[in-house]
Amino acid sequence: MWDYTDKVKELFLHPKNVGEIEHPDAVGEVGSMVCGDALKLFLRIDRATDRILDARFQTFGCASAIASSTALTELIKGRTLDEALTISNRDIAAYLGGLPREKMHCSVMGREALEAAVANYRGLKAPSAAKEGMVCQCFEVTEEKIRKVVLENRLTTVTEVTDYTKAGGGCGSCLPRIEELLREIWSVKPTELPREKKKLTALQKIALIQDVLEKEVRPLLQADGGDMELIDIDGHRVIIALRKMCVECPMGGVTLQNIEEKLRELVDEKITVEAG
Amino acid sequence: MRTVYCDNNATTAVAPEVLDVMLPYFKDLYGNPSSMHTFGGQLHRQVEEARAKVAALIGADPEEIIFTSCGTESDNTALMSAVELQPGKRHIVTTRVEHPAVLSFCRHLARKGHRVTYLPVDHLGRLDRDAFRKAVDDETAVVSIMYANNETGVIFPVAELGQVLRERKVLFHTDAVQAVGKLPLNVKELPVDMLSLSGHKLHAAKGVGVLYVRKGTRFYPYIIGGHQEHGRRAGTENVASIIGLGKACEIARARLREEEDRVSRLRGRLEQTLLAHCPDAQINGDPASRLPNTTNLSFRYVEGEAILLRLNEHGICASSGSACTSGSLEPSHVLRAMGIPFTAIHGSIRFSLSRYTSEADIDTVIEVMPPIIRELRALSPYGRESIGHL
Repeated sequence: MWDYTDKVKELFLHPKNVGEIEHPDAVGEVGSMVCGDALKLFLRIDRATDRILDARFQTFGCASAIASSTALTELIKGRTLDEALTISNRDIAAYLGGLPREKMHCSVMGREALEAAVANYRGLKAPSAAKEGMVCQCFEVTEEKIRKVVLENRLTTVTEVTDYTKAGGGCGSCLPRIEELLREIWSVKPTELPREKKKLTALQKIALIQDVLEKEVRPLLQADGGDMELIDIDGHRVIIALRKMCVECPMGGVTLQNIEEKLRELVDEKITVEAG
Repeated sequence: MRTVYCDNNATTAVAPEVLDVMLPYFKDLYGNPSSMHTFGGQLHRQVEEARAKVAALIGADPEEIIFTSCGTESDNTALMSAVELQPGKRHIVTTRVEHPAVLSFCRHLARKGHRVTYLPVDHLGRLDRDAFRKAVDDETAVVSIMYANNETGVIFPVAELGQVLRERKVLFHTDAVQAVGKLPLNVKELPVDMLSLSGHKLHAAKGVGVLYVRKGTRFYPYIIGGHQEHGRRAGTENVASIIGLGKACEIARARLREEEDRVSRLRGRLEQTLLAHCPDAQINGDPASRLPNTTNLSFRYVEGEAILLRLNEHGICASSGSACTSGSLEPSHVLRAMGIPFTAIHGSIRFSLSRYTSEADIDTVIEVMPPIIRELRALSPYGRESIGHL
């Protein structure tokens, strides 16, 4: 059972602003039935002032999608289009007293419907209609959308990107691409490592091991919700403790093996990794 | 508000008679059956009596019954034993619609270098027999195919498949967690080598499962430690739950036929009325071969989680194959394997009944469900479209 706030439950059971507007001034449609949620936003706009006089919606989706739609319409009514466009998906989530992490994409869908409606009103092409730059085929998520949501919500892990955009939540084949995008966005360049293994002093070796673990290993584990901690280095023995998701992960043994391979490749062939 | 519990494939109520026999073991009779003293040692006999009752329900010999902690442990143990004892055979055959207890374990073995064949099913959830016959080869260590599906209730022809495998001398395991207690099942006539069942699916408590291992089948334990279960499953016995399971099996054996009929009639009334009152709805799964208690229905243009939460407001408990209820974004792997369109999967609801489901419970669901579907469709941008359109 999802941990919904009372506000989400209330607005799911008693949604406001439901239905169509006859002869609307703008319509924004996002999502699709195949994806599992869809939102159609109707706006009545005062053409002289660009003020939103009325906003109504139709939503196919779960409780948080329906509640987010009410939140969106309540937030934008009475505002000018430019004012409305300052409302982010986080404002929608905040209006609801927060959303479960896995449901943040519902708030993003609200914000997207607004953009689509404004684009429709201004006679522009809907921003997400473009088929090019598609990263996630399963849920039709573009690179543009991922970049935008990542920056707006300061997302750093692949899991977060999936929670907020659904990208990568289907077959998973785009997960490496999302990882790449995150690196690009936050300008984390793959670590430059010495090509030849030089004879290292004990101190240099310890420093290099720490460096490889920090830059090569931890970001990958963190991307899957896990982590690790370096406990000790004793000659060629590196003692590591797995943390967070890695602790319960049945693949923990494989993870340690992979870390060992990495350290052997980049630092010293004699290194062994043990669980601390 | 009265609870209308229609989620018995998830878990069942502990039968009052079962609870009664369990209680003394939480209070006065807290001993360890392995102890030398009478206080603990006397419990050994109670555990053996429970074992005999479990064996009787499925036509096994008591020594073929290994108590475990749950259905998942039984499934994992069966597969692990099979691959552990046949290191030269690196192939496993299962289906795309198995419970995660088997499916995830097979994926785990695949990562360790095993080859796994996932057999397809058709649009009614029926196993592809040709694919089955072609899949098994000289390298196959074990075939694991469920007796009945937890989501749709579809029953697989386990006896027929077992016959083929026996002739080809391939080890056969069946996950019968959803079948035992709901269908008559006798391992004397069923050519399986291993079979899993779970206590809490048949009105016993949580925390106890069983792995049946046919006499003469080589077996390697998964949990290693003490000598319990003749060294086949270490760990101090969950005495209270085991004794409760014995009682639950005794009751199931006595009442099975009569309950099967009654529950099946209730299920029929439920699904036929809902189909009659909700347009654009369908049954998922082969109506000709299903568990008597399960119905999986799709209501198009509405989303399953939304339906469940509305039902919840009326005290009705059910479950859904929709993506939003799964904890991931993936909708039901079972319905997808059947090729059910996404539009129907998102709006799928499973009702699973039990011996405690009453006519009044069904009346409540029948009364509450159609307006919920109507209201949610009124909210939906697809509400007025026809099936042909999508």
